[in-house]
Amino acid sequence: MAMRLRINGQLMEASALTVAELLRELGIEPRAVAVEVNLSIVPKKDYQVFRLKEGDTVEIVSFVGGG
Amino acid sequence: MREQVQTIKEQDTLVIGGVEFSSRLWVGTGKYRSYEEMARALEASGTDVVTVAVRRVDFKARENLLQYIDPKRYKILPNTAGCYTVEEALRYARLGREAGLSNLIKLEVIGDEKTLFPDVCGLLKATEILAKEGFIVMPYTNDDPVVAKRLVDAGAACVMPLGAPIGSGLGIRNPYNIKIILESVNVPVVVDAGVGTASDATVAMELGCDAVLINTGIAQARDPVAMAEAMKHAVLAGRMAYKAGRIPKKLYATASSPLEGMLL
Repeated sequence: MAMRLRINGQLMEASALTVAELLRELGIEPRAVAVEVNLSIVPKKDYQVFRLKEGDTVEIVSFVGGG
Repeated sequence: MREQVQTIKEQDTLVIGGVEFSSRLWVGTGKYRSYEEMARALEASGTDVVTVAVRRVDFKARENLLQYIDPKRYKILPNTAGCYTVEEALRYARLGREAGLSNLIKLEVIGDEKTLFPDVCGLLKATEILAKEGFIVMPYTNDDPVVAKRLVDAGAACVMPLGAPIGSGLGIRNPYNIKIILESVNVPVVVDAGVGTASDATVAMELGCDAVLINTGIAQARDPVAMAEAMKHAVLAGRMAYKAGRIPKKLYATASSPLEGMLL
């Protein structure tokens, strides 16, 4: 059952139930990212157990070039 | 000569917040024409620390920065560039720590879009909060010695005064203030922003600064790889000259050759 999430500002449908599953679904290597759900950071160790719910706002960030 | 450079470098490790830096040239990773060119410039610079920004993952991107940065070779120093409020800076700092699993943060709280000068009131507040959270806070600040002291009181592990506005290449506009900052604080001083060419980096190091951070000066040079190497030598030369102790400046000449033995 797909649920609607706002991921990095975009409304998306995802079948993932946890953060770990969502990253897999999006094809993102979890090593060098940080994930925030509804403005709270989800620690890496919780990716497997942190459950997403309909309407969650998810931010997935990583490093880009900067000074 | 080469041997001496090596020796000084080896005995001259910089330590900030318990983290050792083997290079006194720090390099930014923004604004290169390609990742490949950036990787070669980093290599040529001899640096062991690179700054990065924290941004949303681009799901469509085919390659990303970290594919070109070996984490065993380079320490990754996330910044809070683009943040105009304390809250934003705290959010980016915390995300950067989670992404990189390191407590190092180059803290920026920007106060003005046109000059990108720091908002020092916000910077002080954010420094205090992040230092309490266990971050090794490296604040990008202006060249004000009083603010530098306040930042240290707030828990900054070093201070990073600008030489000139970010990306301006104007060099060290107020060397006297930088000198006063060096005398005012008991933490390392890293000149951040404004270094446009090799002599600018040397000036900063001759003043006694502990390191120099350069991004645009290398990334936007016509040949970034060659400029990175020039900056490496400039920083080493400036550091060696500082440690060697320059002669005092005098208004009039002092002869280098003896008068004794001249023909009458």
